[in-house]
Amino acid sequence: MLQLIENEKIREVVDGKRVITKKPELLAPAGSLEKLKIAVHYGADAVFIGGQEFGLRSNADNFSIEEMREGVEFAKKYGAVVYVTTNIFAHNENMDGLEEYLQAIEGAGVRGIIVADPLIIETCRRIAPKLEIHLSTQQSLSNWKAVKYWKEEGLHRVVLAREVGAEEMLKMKQEVDIEIEAFVHGAMCIAYSGRCVLSNHMTARDSNRGGCCQSCRWDYDLYEQVDGEEKALFNEGEAPFAMSPKDLKLIESIPHMIELGIDSLKVEGRMKSIHYIATVISVYRKVIDAYCADPENFKIKKEWLEELDRCANRAAASAFFEGEPSYKQQMFGFHAAKMKWDFAGLVLDYNEETQMVTLQQRNYFKPGDTIEFFGPEIDSFKMEVGQVWNEDDEEIEVANHPLQIVKFKVDRPLFKFNMMRKENK
Amino acid sequence: MFEEVTKVKKPEILVTPKSLDHVNALIEAGADAFIIGEQKFGLRLAGEFTLNEVEQATKIIHEAGKKVYVAVNAIFHNDRLDALDDYLKQLQRIGVDSLVFGDPAVVMAVRELGITIPLHWNPETIATNWFQANYWEERGAKRAVLARELSLDEVLEIKENAKPEIEVQVHGMTCMFQSKRSLLGNYFLYRGEAMEIENRKENKNMFLHDKERKNKYPIYEDENGTHIFSPNDMCLIDELTELLEAGIDSLKIDGVLHSEDYITTVTNCYRQAVDAFFDQGEDAYNAMKDELLEKIEEIQPKLRPLDTGFIFKETVY
Repeated sequence: MLQLIENEKIREVVDGKRVITKKPELLAPAGSLEKLKIAVHYGADAVFIGGQEFGLRSNADNFSIEEMREGVEFAKKYGAVVYVTTNIFAHNENMDGLEEYLQAIEGAGVRGIIVADPLIIETCRRIAPKLEIHLSTQQSLSNWKAVKYWKEEGLHRVVLAREVGAEEMLKMKQEVDIEIEAFVHGAMCIAYSGRCVLSNHMTARDSNRGGCCQSCRWDYDLYEQVDGEEKALFNEGEAPFAMSPKDLKLIESIPHMIELGIDSLKVEGRMKSIHYIATVISVYRKVIDAYCADPENFKIKKEWLEELDRCANRAAASAFFEGEPSYKQQMFGFHAAKMKWDFAGLVLDYNEETQMVTLQQRNYFKPGDTIEFFGPEIDSFKMEVGQVWNEDDEEIEVANHPLQIVKFKVDRPLFKFNMMRKENK
Repeated sequence: MFEEVTKVKKPEILVTPKSLDHVNALIEAGADAFIIGEQKFGLRLAGEFTLNEVEQATKIIHEAGKKVYVAVNAIFHNDRLDALDDYLKQLQRIGVDSLVFGDPAVVMAVRELGITIPLHWNPETIATNWFQANYWEERGAKRAVLARELSLDEVLEIKENAKPEIEVQVHGMTCMFQSKRSLLGNYFLYRGEAMEIENRKENKNMFLHDKERKNKYPIYEDENGTHIFSPNDMCLIDELTELLEAGIDSLKIDGVLHSEDYITTVTNCYRQAVDAFFDQGEDAYNAMKDELLEKIEEIQPKLRPLDTGFIFKETVY
């Protein structure tokens, strides 16, 4: 049963047919300029990126100010916008350089920043007032009164805690007039974000400044202490205690989220590949567009679900959106992660006359392999690779050099940024 | 030297009683202030105090000329907001000395209800810089409770620049993880042992063994979800000089998962240390600090090694 938000105009009747007039923003992660371009090209309305400071993914490539500017310009051509994550909880030593950094971001044309620390919120308002301020999920925002607090503090948008369910979101939307962003897809924190310092204790890396080493994904043994004695609560050979959550996947709840009036649907994963981003974003794009165009006759297509599965490397679940997650939403025992399909190449060019595709190799493939092409301009199709040539038009037996430029014949038209994937057997 | 240290104020020794009787013992041991409450509103308390018990404790504590703070530092979801309002009204009637909060919903509720009890800002892990302390001071917080993941230098710099009072934990376990999910319950369910959940519901004797680091992390569940704790108890009994000289306003001894006797003895050790430092001078403190440390080591549970937390440990990112 869908709950409908009533105090906001998100739908109307056109020619006797109900349509959604308030389409939520589809927000994609982009760990690099290339990922940003792919995300936007595959249908993201907005991307969030990390700068070289004050963000939470110290391992990601992250953007220089110059790259931010280029990213903003690229996104603009598609009508998309860029947000920058600046969501560390700063220590005193991190305060230096903040003002210059925020001004530079503003100057690069970025739409807004995603922030957790009031230090950065207040500094941004004073120094870079053109930037929108979005509260990060690091603040574990879980109730409508706290949402109201941040609204009164002048924030444009809040990103909710991952622990907030549909009914709670509805109440927030009813009580407070502020943009709400919620996660729909990607890896999860099992703890309230911001309230986990496992990494600090186990590896001396500060999780709230980008050092998280995912200690929650490790296995532990559960014991109890009785009269000073330690007693194992598992038997030899049994699965150890684990708290690793399945990834979030709310593809089937998108209609519900749209009806709730959620403003931005966020896909997680700045460290993920362009193949992952392209696959996930294109599927969510299709679902959002299809539902908004004709909600009454909307049905989730099996092919969309199958498509999403192709880039999944973990089992997925709905987490808190549909209610408290059960033990089935965690991973116990052995959980080898293997993607069903590997990203094998990125289309650089296609010559309609010769039917030759020029491809940048991203994974090993050779003549005779079954591959699949996909992209926003085409219907996905499978084919067998024929003869392959290198950049110097020499025939090759295998494409085994990362990023090498290769050519082969494809009898259907392809477009720049289309991707080629290969089944993982 | 003696004259110099007398310029700063003697810090409060803040403790976490487990019961009403324990309150009396802790007053005797030299505690200046008490944090109490119940898990529906407060996080990881040493003991559960119903409103009625809060009222009784407040009477006892006030008669002794000491202070009582009530924990309302849960991460609230919509479903607890109404109960929070009622709770705050009752605390106003009882006249407790502060409300310890982390969630801005408490700031909103206090404004709406006209509650006049001072606020202490304690969001635990995220209280990492002096700007935030001042930010919340402007919004009504009389005190900021610092994250336990800070180094001594960071603590001192915050104290130098912060407008509100500064509270620092000097002893006990620290929480390193809170999940809303029922992680112990889920493990038992996964193993098909639903009965174990009921059997162990009230137990706080479980721990996770990290074989690689040879660490043991206490773990329990309550209404707020699953909590996991540090493998060591922090103990700064012999490292107090700089904190005392800096004028830190409150030294907290967190007694969660410890016995009443343990908490009482530790409280008394800190009482002696602080009194020696301020009443007799740094030399007197230096002369007795090793002995105080030994006294704590004697009663320290075997599974809980002592360390100094992050005070002398560097974290990278």
